[in-house]
Amino acid sequence: MVVTPTKAGARLPAYPAKVPVAPKRPLPTLRIRCYTLLMRIIVPVLAVAFAIPAAAAPIRVDINSGIAQPLPIAVPAFATAAPVATEAGTTAEIGGRVAQVIANDLKSSGLFRPLDPAAYTTTVGMPDVTRPQFANWRTIAAQALVTGTVSVNPDGGITVGCYAYDVFSAEELARQGFVTTAAGWRRAAHKCADLVYSRLTGETGYFDSRIVYVSETGSRVKRIKRLAVMDQDGAGHRFLTSGQNLVLTPRFAPNQQTITYMSFEGNRPRVWLYTLGSGRQQAIGDFPNMSFAPRFSPDGSNLIFSMAVGGNSDIYRMDIASHKLTRLTTQPGIDTGPSYSPDGSRIVFESDRGGSQQLYVMGADGSGQTRISFGEGRAATPVWSPRGDLIAFTRIGGGRFSIGVMRPDGGGERLLTNAYQDEGPTWSPNGRVILFFRSARGGPVNLFSVDLSGQNERKVPTPLDGSDPAWSPLLP
Amino acid sequence: MSQRSFTLPIIAVLALTVSACATKKKDLPPAPPTQAAVTQPAVTPPTGNEGVPPAAAVGSTNIPGSAADFAAQSGADHVLFQYDSYELDEEARTILGKQSVWLARYPSIKITVEGHADERGTREYNLALGDRRATAAKNFLAAQGVDTSRMTTISYGKERPAVEGSDEAAWAQNRRAVTVVASN
Repeated sequence: MVVTPTKAGARLPAYPAKVPVAPKRPLPTLRIRCYTLLMRIIVPVLAVAFAIPAAAAPIRVDINSGIAQPLPIAVPAFATAAPVATEAGTTAEIGGRVAQVIANDLKSSGLFRPLDPAAYTTTVGMPDVTRPQFANWRTIAAQALVTGTVSVNPDGGITVGCYAYDVFSAEELARQGFVTTAAGWRRAAHKCADLVYSRLTGETGYFDSRIVYVSETGSRVKRIKRLAVMDQDGAGHRFLTSGQNLVLTPRFAPNQQTITYMSFEGNRPRVWLYTLGSGRQQAIGDFPNMSFAPRFSPDGSNLIFSMAVGGNSDIYRMDIASHKLTRLTTQPGIDTGPSYSPDGSRIVFESDRGGSQQLYVMGADGSGQTRISFGEGRAATPVWSPRGDLIAFTRIGGGRFSIGVMRPDGGGERLLTNAYQDEGPTWSPNGRVILFFRSARGGPVNLFSVDLSGQNERKVPTPLDGSDPAWSPLLP
Repeated sequence: MSQRSFTLPIIAVLALTVSACATKKKDLPPAPPTQAAVTQPAVTPPTGNEGVPPAAAVGSTNIPGSAADFAAQSGADHVLFQYDSYELDEEARTILGKQSVWLARYPSIKITVEGHADERGTREYNLALGDRRATAAKNFLAAQGVDTSRMTTISYGKERPAVEGSDEAAWAQNRRAVTVVASN
C-alpha cells in the first residue's frame, strides 16, 4: 500500500472505538464507532454478555505446543445480499478484503493455516453463511471455517457478521456482529479474527491492536528517526514526527491515545508526550538533566523514567497531573529500563550496580530492590508481560543479543531468539507474542515477532527500517 | 526584452548577497589574537616584461580560537574509551589536559561535551553510558581549572557514531567523548 508521510503534528484519523449495544437477533453485535475529537470514553459501556452456543468444542488449538501442526482453516469472502456502494468500495469488495485480513491475521499467529481460496470447491452465498455446506469444506480438509456478511446500515456504516464453525462436527463455534464505518472495515476484520483466535485457543486475541515504533532511514552516522504508528498487521502506517529531531523509545499509554517517548528537540534529550488525536507534542518537564526510558503506569496516571544526574542514572516516578517527582532508586550506577507489573504493584528494571547490566524487581515505591537475573552475560530491557507471568528481556552474551523470558522471580529463563543483535522486546496484548527489533551486522534494522514457544519468527514489514517497537493494548 | 530590464534584478540579487554576507559575520569565530602566527602568502613583485606573474601561493591555517584550532592544539577534539568503560586512560587525560590549556587561553568560549557509545549495547543503557563518558571528560576538565559554567554535557548513546561499520575498529572510534567548541 502507499504510505504517505505526514507532517509532524498531523492528525490521525479519528480512532474507532467500541460501544457494545444490545445484541440484535440472531447476531450479537458490537458497535465500532468513530470518536470525533479527543479520545474520551464518553459513552458508558453497556455490559453485554454474549452467550456463545455452548457446544463442546471438538477442535482446539494448543497454544503452548508451538506450531507443529497449524490448523487448516477456510476463510471465504464474506457474503453480501447485493453489492452496495460505500466510501470504501462495494460491500462485495469489502467482503473479499475482510476475509483476506482475517486469513492474514490467523496465519501470522503461526497457529492457523488458511487454505488457498483457489482450492475452494464452493462459493458462500448469504444462505451458506449460517448454514455452511460442510461436506464441501471437508473435501479440502478444512478443520475450521469462518464465514460472514457485510451489509450497509441506514446511517451509511456497515455491519460485519462473523461466524466460526467446526467443519467435521458441523457445529457453530462463535458468532458476532461488528458495526463500524465503511472505512473502519479493517477493525471489524481484526475483531472477527480475534473472535476466532479466542474461541479456538482459549486465549484473548491480539489482532485489533496497533504498534508504535521508530522509523529509521539514512546513514548510520546521521540517522533520521521518526515516530510512526501502524496497525498490528502493518496497515494504516503513518509517520507522527517529521524526522527533524532524534526520537527514541515510544510507549503507548493504557488508553492508546497518548504516547510517551524521548526526543532530542533543542539538543535537550527529554521525555515527551504525543497525543494521537490532536498531534500535540509536549515535554513533560523542564529537567536540567537528560530524562529517558519513559513508560506509563498501568492506570496511566504516572510515568516512570530514568534521569541522569552527574553521570548517575536513577529511576524516577512522575505524577502526570501534578508533575510531582519521586526518586525510586538511589544507588550509584545505571538504573534504567523500568517496567511496571500489570497490577502496578511492582517495577522491574535493569541496573549495573552489581558490575554489569542485570534485572532487578522492586516495589512501586522503590522498596525491596532485589536482583532476579543470574544467567551468563548481561540482562537488559525488561518488560513485564500483560499477563503478569513473565518478563521479556534482552540477553547479552557470547557476542550475541537474544530475546528471552523469565519468571518475575528470575526462574524459568528461556531464550526465544539468537542473533547478532536482537533488542527491545514488547508484548502482544495477550502476552503470547513478542515484538522486538533486529540489527543485522552492518546491515538493516527491522521489526520482528516471535511467539512464546520461540517459533514462528517473522519479519514485520515496515516502509523503512524500524526499531523500538511498542505494542498497544487491545483496542476497545 | 530590453537589456535594462535585466539590470534591476541583478542589482537586487547582488544586494541580497551582500546583506546575506553581512548577517553571517556574527557567526564567525572570534578575531585572531595578535600573537598568533598567520601564514603570509609570498608575493613576488613583477620585475619586467615577463607577462602575467604566476598566481601567488595561498596556504591555509587554522584560525586561532576556532574549533579546528582547538582540535589541532589539543591533539584531538575527542577522547576514546574501552568497551563499556568511562575511565579516562593516559592518552585521554593528555588530550583533555591540552584542551584545558587551550580553554584557559580563550576563557569566553563555551563547550559542550558529547558522550557516545558503540552499537554493542542496548539503547537506553548506552544513553546512560554516554552520559557517564561526557561527565567523566567534563569532570577532568573542571579539575584542570575549566569553569563548570562554561561546560554542558549531552549523551547521544549509540545514535550518532563517528564512523560506520560493525567491527572492533569502528566500535573503538565510536566509544568517545567529543568536546565541541560551542560559542564565545
